[in-house]
This record gives sequence, structure tokens and C-alpha cells, in this order.
Amino acid sequence: MSRVDVRKTYKLFIGGKFPRSESGRSYEVFSAGRGRRFLANAAQGSRKDARDAVRAARAALPGWAGATAYNRGQVLYRVAEVMESRRTQFVAEVQAAEGVTAARAEATVSAAIDRWVWYAGWSDKYAQVLGGLNPVAGPYFDISAPEPTGVVAALAPQRSSLLGLVSVVAPIVVAGNTAVVLASEERPVPAITLAEALATSDVPGGVINLITGRTAEVAPWLASHLDVNAIDLTGAADAQDVSWGELEAAAAENLKRVLRPAGSDEQAVEPDFAPVPGLHRLEAFLETKTVWHPKGR
Amino acid sequence: MSSQTVTAEATERARDILGVTRLTNQALSGWLHGLPGVDEVGADARAATLGTRSIKTTAKAWAIDTAISMIDLTTLEGADTAGKVRSLCTKARTPDPAHLDTPRVAAVCVYNDMVAVAREAVAGTGVNVAAVSTAFPSGRASIAVKLADTRDAVEAGADEIDMVIDRGAFLSGRYLHVFEEIAQVRQACRRDGDAPDAHLKVILETGELVTYDNVRRASWLAMLAGADFIKTSTGKVSPAATLPVTMIMLEAVRDWRALTGEMVGVKPAGGIRSSKDAIRHLVVVNEVAGEEWLTPQWFRFGASSLLNDLLLQRHKLATGAYSGPDYVTID
Repeated sequence: MSRVDVRKTYKLFIGGKFPRSESGRSYEVFSAGRGRRFLANAAQGSRKDARDAVRAARAALPGWAGATAYNRGQVLYRVAEVMESRRTQFVAEVQAAEGVTAARAEATVSAAIDRWVWYAGWSDKYAQVLGGLNPVAGPYFDISAPEPTGVVAALAPQRSSLLGLVSVVAPIVVAGNTAVVLASEERPVPAITLAEALATSDVPGGVINLITGRTAEVAPWLASHLDVNAIDLTGAADAQDVSWGELEAAAAENLKRVLRPAGSDEQAVEPDFAPVPGLHRLEAFLETKTVWHPKGR
Repeated sequence: MSSQTVTAEATERARDILGVTRLTNQALSGWLHGLPGVDEVGADARAATLGTRSIKTTAKAWAIDTAISMIDLTTLEGADTAGKVRSLCTKARTPDPAHLDTPRVAAVCVYNDMVAVAREAVAGTGVNVAAVSTAFPSGRASIAVKLADTRDAVEAGADEIDMVIDRGAFLSGRYLHVFEEIAQVRQACRRDGDAPDAHLKVILETGELVTYDNVRRASWLAMLAGADFIKTSTGKVSPAATLPVTMIMLEAVRDWRALTGEMVGVKPAGGIRSSKDAIRHLVVVNEVAGEEWLTPQWFRFGASSLLNDLLLQRHKLATGAYSGPDYVTID
């Protein structure tokens, strides 16, 4: 007797929970490459889901920003551990989502896991590299220290469904920001599985929130949201009907920090996420606080 | 007029309504327990159904402004200071300095000793001052203390008095005692000469009344004793105002008007924090009591953080972008 398929209904990840979209909508997700086949129905998030996610991220911010750097590093490392134990699932999903060979998918998943470890290591080191003691002409210690910007919205890369996603999210949260992430519109399945990995790791609820859906529909609401402090527009490259210039203009209303997509002018391109990234993504979501302190004798 | 004659008036009226020659505890019990029981499951279901009404665009804008104008902006903390009360009053006068078309709230609600401060801070603005008296929130004091407490607030210039009923007496069936206390406090709200009397809001503390039947009985008892408003809770006991409880109280004021022709106001207080909650309440007001109650004169929200959420929703409607807590004041 043949078994009935257990088909999964994918949901959003907001505040550590997996709610359905407030709108009740979902959309079909297909595999990439040759032999386009139906993969899943993903939740089609709405502006209200984005609003709820921002609220969850705001609520999680004090706890996460106040955690010690050491603790945040451990939490990020734990994500790598949990991903490692679901490696086969990730490989299969990346392969289907991106239409690559098994070997290539295997390498991508390894790189994604390693990226968590790489950023985890930075948690208690970036402050020394990006901040420090400034030489001043007076009897003062003058210290610059980087601090988290706050709630960061991120458009995840459209093509690199897992490695790109991790490369965008990890630098946001390692510094103590909380994130509202719009997953790749056409390739959301690895992102949802990452959310399941996050939910079973030590990442506190609300620190990373993940919305699947139409980028062009939800992104403007995040860009104009006054309670979002920064926005990463990496995923505007190759997104349908998305003009990153308009998003940046909307973001100006409350002076959000904006990380522009790679490329020149309107021609946004998705960067290659394979090489070791450097600190520019981490630095984009930090505020430098400078303190003057009298030296005394 | 002496206190004796006034409470005698209340008693006489109660006798008329009950159709008895002597107002005894037994007569009151018989009357209150003769009220139809509340179908608890039905009440919850009806409130939940009304809560699903979708209120959008212009109706939503109207509801938000109406809700703002119905707020009794409240601070009832042991740590209250004159400065905090003044800043609350500033917010009551101008809820949103960036949008001056925002309506004012109905009143500020403070402890007795802050009445004079609040009175001065809202003078000439049309914002009322409400004081919580009668040994708020527990009400565990002698009647002499409760009356002195009330007179104190009235003399300091309170426009409205929020009193608590003696829940212990109510729950043990001493209804006449509760009746007399309310009638006496009502009397203490009077002012000499032409000065308007202070409005009396009677707090039932529904969270301690246990059943919906008791909520209905307490509502009728308070109205019988001369309440201008019936109020759900002190905000110090959980659960505070819930939608079904407010609905049952609205049914009571509706039926009271049918019986006597008098209108009594309703004030849910405590636990209403979001615009959505407030709008749900307005829907219930409209459906249960009727449109006449949709004014600050007959319906109030006892709240503090609700105002900020209403302001954020107002921003959202005006600008089309989601706003955030950075754009409203904390208190």
C-alpha cells in the first residue's frame, strides 16, 4: 500500500514562533534549473506580518544587544552546530532551490555553516578592530566603541538562497542588532529550514525574524517603517519590480542606515558570497560611540 | 441638604424601583438575584464575534479619534510625583504636539493628593480631573475615612470621583451595605450652591467578582444607588477589563435606561493597551448599548499606554508608513 505524502505547509518565523501569514496567502515555489518542479507552498507574508516582525525584533533588542559578546558568539556557533546536524536536508534543498549539482550544494552548505563560525569568532573581536583609543591633544582618554544600530531590515539575496542569506544575517546579529529578513522570493525553502534551525538553537525569539513572500510587496513597508533603524538592500538585486533607489529614498525619512546592493547605479548585482567576506557588512550596522574621560595623574 | 435626606432620597427611589415598602438587604437580594442569569459561554462568544468586525479607513480614523477623546489618562502609582502628574496633564492637553488636530483626552485620573496639581495643570482646557477615592484600590477602610477621602478630592477640585465598592460585602451578600456606601459617597460628591457636583464612577472590580452574574448584579446595584458611571476595574487586579465584562455592563446600562429613562456611563479600565482592543470596545458599545453611548460623556477608557498606540495608528493613517515608539512620549 502506498503511503500518503506528508506535505508541509511552510510558515513565517516571527518572534521565535511560526505563525501563518496574517493575510492567509501562500504562493507556489518551484525548483530552479532544468525540470522545473513544484517544491512547496510558502507563506506569502504581508505588510502586517512585516510590522509584527519589527515589533518582535524591537522587543528582542534590549536583551540581545545587552548580551555579552562572548554569549552572542556562543549562540552563533550553536547555529552552526544545529545546521550541521541537518546538513543533508540543507544540501537537498539548496540543490533544488538553486539548480546546482549535489557537490556544489554540499560545498555551499559547508560554506554557510562555516560563515556562522567565522562571524561567531568576530563577536568579541570586532570592537577592538573597529573601535579603539583615539589620540587627542589633551589629558583625556578618548575611546571609540562600536554599538549595535538597532532593528535592521534585510532583503536576503535572491539567488544565493542559503550562503547569501547567512552572509547577510550573521553580520547583522553578531553585533547585537536584531533582524527582520525578507527571504529570497523564488528560493525561500532553505531560508525556512534555517528558521527551523534557529528556533531549535539558542537564538532568542525575535532576534532573527524571517518573512517569505513578494519582495516588491513587503520591502517598501520595511523601508518606510519608522521603527526600523537600518536596512540592507542586498536582495534588491534581481528582485522583481524592486527599485533600490526608491527604497533608499523611503529609508531617508527616519535616517536609516542603508547598505546599498553591490553594482553601480541602478544596476544592482548580487555579489559572490563564496570568498571570506571581511568586515564591511558588520561595520555597516554599527554606531560608533566616543567617550572622553579625564586622565588624571 | 443633610446627608440623611440625600441618602433617604436614594433609598426612596430604590424602593420605588423595587416595588417594596422597606429597602432591606433581603429586598435587594431578591431583586438582584431575580435578574436573568448571564449565559457565560454565550456572552464570551458574542463578544468574540463582535471583536472580529473589521473597521478600516475612514471608520478607523473616526474610531481612533473617538477613542482618544474617551481616554481617562491615568497614573496611579505609589511613585507618582507632582512633576509626573504635570507631564501627564501636558500630554492630556496636547496628546501629539506634532499633530495639533489630535483630539484631547476626556480626563486625567490621579490619586487624591494629586488633584490640586492636576486641576491647575489642565485648567481651562476642558480636560476633567478624576480622582480615585474611598481607599482605592482595596476599599478596605471605614465609611468615615472613605467619605472624608471623597470630600477631600471634591474640595480640591475633582470633576469626577472614582470609588471602589466593598467587594467583601458584595460577595458575602450584604448588598444593602454596598448600596448605602455608594449613596453616601454620591452625597459626598455634591457641591454647595451652583458649583456642579462631581460625577461618581463606581468601580466594580470585576476581576474579584468571579462570575458574570455578579457583574450584572453589581452593575444594577451601583446604578440603583446613583452611579453616574460604572467602571470595570481598578487596574490593580488581573483580569481587569475584558470585552465580555464590558459587554455585560453595557447591557445593564441599556436595560437601566429602558427601565428608568436615565443614562449611565460605562468605563472599562485596565488591560486595554492596543488600538485594536479599543476599537473592539467601540464596536461593542455601538452594538449593545447604542450610538448614544459613543461619546466621552457616556463611555470612557481608563488607560495610559493605550493613548500611545492610538497615536501611532493615527500616524500610520496620516503618513502611510508604520510609526514607532520613538515618536511618542513615554508617559
